[in-house]
Amino acid sequence: MAEKIKIAQYWGAGCGGCDVALLDIDAKILDVHAIAEVVFWPIGFDGKIKDIEAMPDKSITVSFYNGAIRNSENEHIAKLLRQKSVIMISFGSCACYGGTPGLANVTNRKEIYETVYKNTQSTDNPNFVVPQTHTKVKEGELELPEFYDTVKTLDEVVDVDYFMPGCPPTTNLIAMAVDAVAQHVTKGTPLPPKGTMIASDKTLCDECKRERVEKGRRIEKIYQAYEIKPDPKKCLLDQGIICIGPATRAGCGAMCPNAQMPCRGCMGPTKGVMEQGASMLSALSSLLNITDAESKMSEDQIMTLMMQVKDPLGTFYAFTLPKSALKRAVTERGRRKAVN
Amino acid sequence: MSTEAAHHGSPTASEGEKAFDPKLLVFCCNWCSYAGADLAGVSRLQMPPYFRVIRVMCSARVDPEFVLRAFERGADGVLVAGCHPADCHYIGGNYRTRRRIALLKMLIQQFGFDPERLKLEWVSAGEGEKFQKTIVEFTNTVKELGPSPYRGGV
Ligand code: SF4
Ligand code: SF4
Ligand code: SF4
Ligand code: FES
Repeated sequence: MAEKIKIAQYWGAGCGGCDVALLDIDAKILDVHAIAEVVFWPIGFDGKIKDIEAMPDKSITVSFYNGAIRNSENEHIAKLLRQKSVIMISFGSCACYGGTPGLANVTNRKEIYETVYKNTQSTDNPNFVVPQTHTKVKEGELELPEFYDTVKTLDEVVDVDYFMPGCPPTTNLIAMAVDAVAQHVTKGTPLPPKGTMIASDKTLCDECKRERVEKGRRIEKIYQAYEIKPDPKKCLLDQGIICIGPATRAGCGAMCPNAQMPCRGCMGPTKGVMEQGASMLSALSSLLNITDAESKMSEDQIMTLMMQVKDPLGTFYAFTLPKSALKRAVTERGRRKAVN
Repeated sequence: MSTEAAHHGSPTASEGEKAFDPKLLVFCCNWCSYAGADLAGVSRLQMPPYFRVIRVMCSARVDPEFVLRAFERGADGVLVAGCHPADCHYIGGNYRTRRRIALLKMLIQQFGFDPERLKLEWVSAGEGEKFQKTIVEFTNTVKELGPSPYRGGV
């Protein structure tokens, strides 16, 4: 067979789950091995950034980038791999939408440093020493990546060819991507159009086998998943458990509802929708307790009703805060401050 | 508008106050509130000129994303006006609206905005004066809050 293609896999601000997921494709990994040589994979083996820097541009066929952009090193390597690769794949929810690390956009660098390097119980740091990008020691100067105020998605810093959402992407979707690349390399099959989401174009609810109330859906009360024992066959949302399925892209096979847990939305917004949070907020607002007494209700009563949703931001944007319209939290500058 | 540059960064309080012309976005449903706004207009009721009206068929047409986008693009306040409860042309559109606005208020507060930057009001076709009063009050509230923390992006 012809010369093997080169692939790279990198983790930005992520948990390592995405790196492991790529190994979870079982025998398919042999297909990868048959056509590809891994040139860079920090979690797997020791590799040097300068070796990648020395490679000619576009000499890596595919780079799988997982994790969000949280610091200058994440950004530097994203740019480097982009330059050296023909295909750049945004792998996993952190890279595509910011994911769990992206929830840090409710705060900022200063507050994070204060929590991590000062206020946590187990921290003993009287001089409040925090990471500096440059530190002079007698042996010379030490450098650390710059920690950003705001977590970004991969496509905010580089041009991305394909998106593979999921926390982590599921085996079936990875197999789909590997197949597409393998077919392209071995048989010259054209690749999917640039920008393709390697997932389903349906909504998670379409993939979920639970029975939904078809007409006149109403929820009377919202429950946390641990508060009730849900009927194993019926839609969780119909039972008052917030399931992000209606606002989430399909592709994972509705794994969580199958396992009696509500979907938290890791596949991101559905096709054509930018704001997963707004979309779920909207869906939920249409379901919550509209009765004959509605016209007599005051806005305060409505507020009390909706306050059953304990943490709208954390619930509706668990994986997509950096990709949302507002991207991060802000602070009122005026005389009247937001009360929190 | 000339205000963006002036308000980015932190002008001194008195300067900021004088120069601050808020940008308010007002969604009016076609069947009640838009007619109410129209009545306010033809009745020549005086209103501060800082709002722009977008007519939608029903207040429920205001996708929560519209509100978030408005703030993203630098709106200082967003007002959604619809038919009174029991009067929505589409029966229950406004019931969805009031739930969404309640949740959105909680949400924008978590995003760091003062929840008063978002307002819901019921204005019927005959309530030109109520429309005027709503605009006057909302303008004052937002003026007091100052420029949106999101102005000029983050
Ligand atoms: S998408 Fe999920 S599995 Fe992948 S790095 Fe992020 S948190 Fe980990
Ligand atoms: S809301 Fe959740 S449980 Fe209900 S059908 Fe959709 S994915 Fe399934
Ligand atoms: S059910 Fe929802 S949270 Fe669970 S894997 Fe699928 S998209 Fe992610
Ligand atoms: S038509 Fe006015 S609120 Fe629905």
